[in-house]
Amino acid sequence: MSDYNFAYLDEQTKRMIRRAILKGVAIPGYQVPFASREMPMPYGWGTGGVQVTAACLVPEDRLKVIDQGADDTTNAVSIRRFFQKTAGVEVTEATAEATIIQTRHRIPETPLTEGQIFVYQVPIPEPLRFLEPRETETRRMHELEEYGLMHVKLYEDIARHGTIATSYDYPVRVEGRYVMDPSPIPKFDNPKLSGNPALQLFGAGREQRIYALPPYSQVVSLDFEDHPFVASKAEHDCDLCGAADSYLDEVITDDQGNRMFVCSDTDYCRGRRAAGQVGRLGGEAA
Amino acid sequence: MISQALGGGFADAPIQSARAFRAALEAMARPGRILTVEGVAPPAPLSIGAGVLLLTLCDRTTPLHLAPGHDAPEIRDWITFHTGAPLVTPGAAAFALGRWEALQPVTRFRIGQPDYPDRSATLIVEMDALTNDGAILTGPGIETTARLSLPELAAFRLNRDIFPLGYDTFFTSGDKIAGLPRSTRVEAG
Repeated sequence: MSDYNFAYLDEQTKRMIRRAILKGVAIPGYQVPFASREMPMPYGWGTGGVQVTAACLVPEDRLKVIDQGADDTTNAVSIRRFFQKTAGVEVTEATAEATIIQTRHRIPETPLTEGQIFVYQVPIPEPLRFLEPRETETRRMHELEEYGLMHVKLYEDIARHGTIATSYDYPVRVEGRYVMDPSPIPKFDNPKLSGNPALQLFGAGREQRIYALPPYSQVVSLDFEDHPFVASKAEHDCDLCGAADSYLDEVITDDQGNRMFVCSDTDYCRGRRAAGQVGRLGGEAA
Repeated sequence: MISQALGGGFADAPIQSARAFRAALEAMARPGRILTVEGVAPPAPLSIGAGVLLLTLCDRTTPLHLAPGHDAPEIRDWITFHTGAPLVTPGAAAFALGRWEALQPVTRFRIGQPDYPDRSATLIVEMDALTNDGAILTGPGIETTARLSLPELAAFRLNRDIFPLGYDTFFTSGDKIAGLPRSTRVEAG
């Protein structure tokens, strides 16, 4: 073990966060204020998610951390090491083996299961913030279910671009009540929010908010009858594993205009290639 | 008497309260699910389940109401020593502890404000038994339906009707706990 208190935070802080999480779970989609602490990493690096994860961890947990779907980027690696050091928990890159998954901006392709807790790092938790900067006003709008402004924003997308151009951070309505910001996940992931067997928790450190989606919560992406919500992705297959159904990153490969598309979910892509699936460039890259 | 108040807490608070919170979280996130907790030995008639919840969630910042039957000197001393929670009247309480009859009328407890529905009470209701029969539960956290032996239907139905306001409830019996958030709809089983 380390010389840190279990999972870094002191007990008083964990109790405060735990109470906020429970209220968040009881009021799906409502942002519960909490006294966010300074963490040994800058705001914007997942301090909200880290505090929620720290409050939920038990020694028996196996933790997975992803950053834009990848297990091996700086943010994911450093948070994983942080909890290895301060909580002594096991870590994994396999979605199916993890009991807690902390994520920055993706939901894995492998479906989540009942035993899992899924923790989002949230930069701006208030879906109405860019439309109405005053907290007093947005709070009142949530109170009165006054969400017309959100639809005006989507309508302006249609008026300007002919289609709803919002491609990530796509607003949702939870259980017919609160409009919620699902964090900047691509709208491709929005359908996975609804009816998910895992417990989904959201932590915004700088903005000091925690909110939650209990398992199997009904989550609807906002849209119009004549412009229904579409979970879009790049019109390609993964160039490494050939997956047609996974969310893709576009990678520029040289200065001749060549590019490749690869799964953003590194664990999913690796799993498919290990099972013998090969994409357009899969042979060369391997 | 004092020495009794000093004992019976978590031996390893960071680890044991973490496990206890996971059980509490599971209970609140999946209404109707009955979980087992451990690690405390509170004075009678306080159950292990209620003792674990108090030590995991309460501290000096959470005013606690003890309903008649649980408002005994041994319990007060034990809670004060282990949590420091101020003991208050129902209207000021963040948490309330007692048997269902003793907590009546539950309309005295805080249900939050329209702009801050989280500023509401959490009830810890001591039960003789906790079983998966009786009332039918539906709502967030429940795939189809769940069943839980609730002490009453009308109060919880009223509590659901005022959503997003309302109180949230833990039920405890021995070392078992279950949860009923305000979002759950209850029907006669």
